Amino acid sequence: MSVAVDRDQQFVAELRRIADDVAGRHAEQVDRDARFPFEAVDALREAGALSALVPAELGGGEISLAGVARGCLELGRRCAAAAMVFAMHQIQVATLARHLEAGSWFESYLGEVAGDQRLIASVTSEIGTGGDLGRSIAAVTPGEPGRLRFEKQAPTVSYGAHCDDLLTTVRRSEDAQPGDQVMVLSRGSETELEPAGTWDTIGMRGTCSPGFVVRAQFAPQQVLGFPFATVLSESLVPLSHVLWSFVWLGIATDAFERGRSFVRESARRRPGEPVPAGTRLSRVMSELTMFGAEAESALRDFLLWSEEPGRERLQTMSSVLRFNNLKLAASEQAPRICAEVLEVIGIAGYKNDSPFGVGRHLRDALSARLMVANERIHSTDAGLLMIAAKER
Amino acid sequence: MNDRLASEVRRVLREHARLAVDVDTLDDHADLFRAGMSSHASVNVMLALEDTFDIEFPDSMLKRSMFETVAGIAAAVGQLDAQAA
Repeated sequence: MSVAVDRDQQFVAELRRIADDVAGRHAEQVDRDARFPFEAVDALREAGALSALVPAELGGGEISLAGVARGCLELGRRCAAAAMVFAMHQIQVATLARHLEAGSWFESYLGEVAGDQRLIASVTSEIGTGGDLGRSIAAVTPGEPGRLRFEKQAPTVSYGAHCDDLLTTVRRSEDAQPGDQVMVLSRGSETELEPAGTWDTIGMRGTCSPGFVVRAQFAPQQVLGFPFATVLSESLVPLSHVLWSFVWLGIATDAFERGRSFVRESARRRPGEPVPAGTRLSRVMSELTMFGAEAESALRDFLLWSEEPGRERLQTMSSVLRFNNLKLAASEQAPRICAEVLEVIGIAGYKNDSPFGVGRHLRDALSARLMVANERIHSTDAGLLMIAAKER
Repeated sequence: MNDRLASEVRRVLREHARLAVDVDTLDDHADLFRAGMSSHASVNVMLALEDTFDIEFPDSMLKRSMFETVAGIAAAVGQLDAQAA
């Protein structure tokens, strides 16, 4: 037990170092040029962090999900794009690790993730499905002898041009219904990404997430055997909402820290005089504390419910509501905190070249409401509320 | 399984599940989601079942697997009916 705790602590300390020394140093350029955070991802590879959630017997770090969530927060404090790339990759790895069948192709694949520190991108959204992860249009079809293939029109693929492999949702077969899905892991060498659009956005610019037409040919064993609906409810959705929230918490935490530095500096200049901005900062702090508590409690619920036999509770509608509520709250709190800090700091916070600038934080945090649009989540929740109770 | 129960379940599915095929072409153990029932439609099915059988599903039963087949739904409804009796 204490060995695992030590391992977690070392991991978080290492991620903090990478965040401070590497990701933070390049964050402004990554944002300005909308380019991939190569330096941070290379440093994460070097630290073996891309296989943090792979079991030790497959060569991975066997870090706890709580440790990885803290890592997302640490990176989020310094470079939101690097943090989001890290979080998205970990969501893919954790999903594969949680639904692993002994002796399967995916077991040896996770060994490769550990050995080669392979970066996995996900291709879930699709043009024509209205953002519903539970439906696909693209389908698995026969390919060359012994091989399968698909072609999918993806409106965004985060770091698609920079990943090693891709995890894609598609219909099981040509005659399958839209909701009858599977996940396919295709290697970069088996996948063609035809660019279809640009990524010149107001924030999260370094995630480099333009659209692509994705075409892949792969072996049948690269189709994840586990029923996708179960993967979605037990892993993909709650994991995404938990790890994304920690990234957003990191962004808000650093915005608050900048506000605090600013207020301290003002106070030092005029010792003994009241600092009105301090009162406002105190309100930001209370909101940040609630945000942190919500993220922590969702993480704890997820871990607890994952330990239950059959992970029964994660399959219930109240569990869907629970993690949707985390996402809704976190994605609204993060940009609100950044905007409030901007008012605490004033013009120095509005300047991009000031040490108190929080413009990037605000722009990055605004993406939270859109990655799985909150309107869509509210509409799902409205339906579920007709029948299920909110988790108490 | 109680035949009348199963046929009532099928009636509810015909009206609310929005399946891609006629529910009577599916056997009691066919996967309704694979037959085209969406998550949204499944909520309407649950509401209609509660109304039809005058029952209320507890939260622990409100999960996809419980509503995956005609047999599964009938078993869930039967269990709640028995508890009420």
